[in-house]
Amino acid sequence: MTMNAVEGAGPRPRRVGLFVTCLVDIMRPTVGFAAVKLLEDAGCTVVVPAQTCCGQPAYNSGDRATAARLARQAITAFEDCDHVVVPSGSCGGMLIRHYPELFAGEPEMAAKAERFASKTHELVSFLTDVLGVERVTVRFDGTVAYHDSCSSLRELGVKAQPRRLLASVEGLSLVELDEAETCCGFGGLFAAKYGELSNAIVSRKADDIRKAAAGTVLAGDLGCLLNIAGKLQRAGSAVEARHVAEVLAGMADGPAIGEPQKGAGR
Amino acid sequence: MTAVATTPRFKANVHEALTDVRLQGAMTFARNFAGRRAAAAERLPEFEALRDSARAIKDHTLAHLDLYLEAYERKVVESGGHVHFAEDAEAARKIVVGLCKGLGAKSVTKGKSMISEEIGLNAAIEAAGIEAVETDLGEYIIQLRHETPSHIIAPAIHVTARDVEQDFRKAHRELPPERDLSRPEQLLGEARGVLRAKFLAADAGITGANFLIAETGASVIVTNEGNGDLTQILPRAHIVIASIEKIVPTLEDAAQLLRVLARSATGQDASVYTTFSTGPRRAGDPDGPSEYHVVLLDNGRSAMLGGEFEDMLRCIRCGACMNHCPVYQAVGGHAYGWVYPGPMGAVLTPSLIGVAEGGQLPNASTFCGRCEEVCPVRIPLPKMMRHWREREFARGLSPAPQRFGLGAWAFFAARPALYRFATGLAARALHLAGRRKGRFASAPLAGGWTRYRDLAAPQGATFQSRWRAKNGAVK
Repeated sequence: MTMNAVEGAGPRPRRVGLFVTCLVDIMRPTVGFAAVKLLEDAGCTVVVPAQTCCGQPAYNSGDRATAARLARQAITAFEDCDHVVVPSGSCGGMLIRHYPELFAGEPEMAAKAERFASKTHELVSFLTDVLGVERVTVRFDGTVAYHDSCSSLRELGVKAQPRRLLASVEGLSLVELDEAETCCGFGGLFAAKYGELSNAIVSRKADDIRKAAAGTVLAGDLGCLLNIAGKLQRAGSAVEARHVAEVLAGMADGPAIGEPQKGAGR
Repeated sequence: MTAVATTPRFKANVHEALTDVRLQGAMTFARNFAGRRAAAAERLPEFEALRDSARAIKDHTLAHLDLYLEAYERKVVESGGHVHFAEDAEAARKIVVGLCKGLGAKSVTKGKSMISEEIGLNAAIEAAGIEAVETDLGEYIIQLRHETPSHIIAPAIHVTARDVEQDFRKAHRELPPERDLSRPEQLLGEARGVLRAKFLAADAGITGANFLIAETGASVIVTNEGNGDLTQILPRAHIVIASIEKIVPTLEDAAQLLRVLARSATGQDASVYTTFSTGPRRAGDPDGPSEYHVVLLDNGRSAMLGGEFEDMLRCIRCGACMNHCPVYQAVGGHAYGWVYPGPMGAVLTPSLIGVAEGGQLPNASTFCGRCEEVCPVRIPLPKMMRHWREREFARGLSPAPQRFGLGAWAFFAARPALYRFATGLAARALHLAGRRKGRFASAPLAGGWTRYRDLAAPQGATFQSRWRAKNGAVK
């Protein structure tokens, strides 16, 4: 019996640096370990260089200098990796699309940022598009809906990849949301700065999810998921939210986002 | 200055919009546009190539705008018309009011024009003792309601049919009170009847322009009601008001842009009427105005040329960005507080009225990117909103709590060891505090979040500390 969850990977070991993202690091390490498992099962050697934030909150708040400082730090930290893989489309978009824009006046750094961007990938699309993973051999019993995070979809072209892998999960049935491509209203600091507006947008997303009659909603971005889970829970919905990597790695047996440990001190 | 901006009160406007049950009901209609656009794009195999071509046409024109403006002016003059350049809104109002007075006009009809809204033209015309009558049905409705457009192509999209019935009963007192206005086509018929008399009585007709063609001196308008045609053909004078970036080099260019305009806007292959007007009535023409004027408005646009907001001047005012915007869909156009709503308004408003007044708008975006995805001329709207945030930040205009919070975050994020220590501590503390329920219903400093949704508690130790415990620090 094989222990591998992933089939169809190539033979050459690649040194993959996991850019875990601050949200996964602090809020939900399970997603990081799920990413490690998926990558190792596909034959990669995974390393985790010391890291902090990609700089996106600063970048989107108009503070380019801080964003550039954090970009420099990340680029240096992952210098000796063949690939950088990130379990988030939003941070991925920052690393891949926006880092090169930060060093317009510095050709040497700009070239480094370009090289860094070209070796960096969002987790699920890295598995399918770079490693050629076609299916996973795990089980998840339930009906799930997949929410396309805006950055994954529009900055990185991630749409079919997670659906393809989810289709290979035994026991899982995938339903499409009417508005899978509509923003959940997270938007990083937007959710706190424009709370009322963000709430109006995520309320529509929660309605759409409830209408789809799925037991679980999945996405590739923890930011969206914290927002969606928080709204569903506040509204008393029983729909659970998880990162897609947890399901693909067969690590979805623990509590879903915002749910208590079974038997946690009562 | 023009229409008064309530943009600095954006958050209060948002609250009003979200708690306005009638508005929320009306806004569901706005969401239909997205599906229609998608279907129209789907029907046309070369749609994406057309978008590239549309962008190239506009970029080329903007790079040579001075030349094409001069060429356009020459052609208008050759065809017997007059061109007036207006540097700002006040200059434009003066020119138009002066022209109307010169005609001895008592009444003018108007086709739909966002430039008219931008310069606050109706108030100026009426202050001169001249009646201004909007003839686009949506514009007519909001004129009766003393409102401004809430959408650049569907100005009354925030109004329901029942509202219109009440407005018509109040405004059209000469009609029998017992008449049936329960169906939309009855409302339409009544507006048509009332407006017909206005068309025939008008001394001047004012229209906007979707395009101005340098090669021919023609102005082009697209409408679905034909009101623009009656506005510009029946009166003695036709006055076109348009901003300078409406110029395109050739008729062929205009035709290319028309192919993406209606599809992006309403999902129609073409608008019902596409009307070209070139100069006044010529000898032998069966109809047309005896005077033809074009007022070209700058109002801050030439200052955008060559700068980081130049791409915004490609905009052809289709409204696709707002039709696809989650923020616009939630609150409608009036919350934006000035003339132009949605993503295009969020970029254009600070350009035209200043970032101190308009700075809220480019901040109020999730950067979901759907606007850029559907823009027919591929304007990088999120990128330009970010540019505004950068200018705000550089000028110290961003709110103090945000600056402080980000500064603290950046301090830790630039020091990996300290960051691991601090986040490790915070994650464990929050985990312990929240583990019974797995989440928080309220949390200090997170009110903007927890007022509306729960906040998940961290799982405990951070990923990095668990990884190090397992694998050592090197790996």
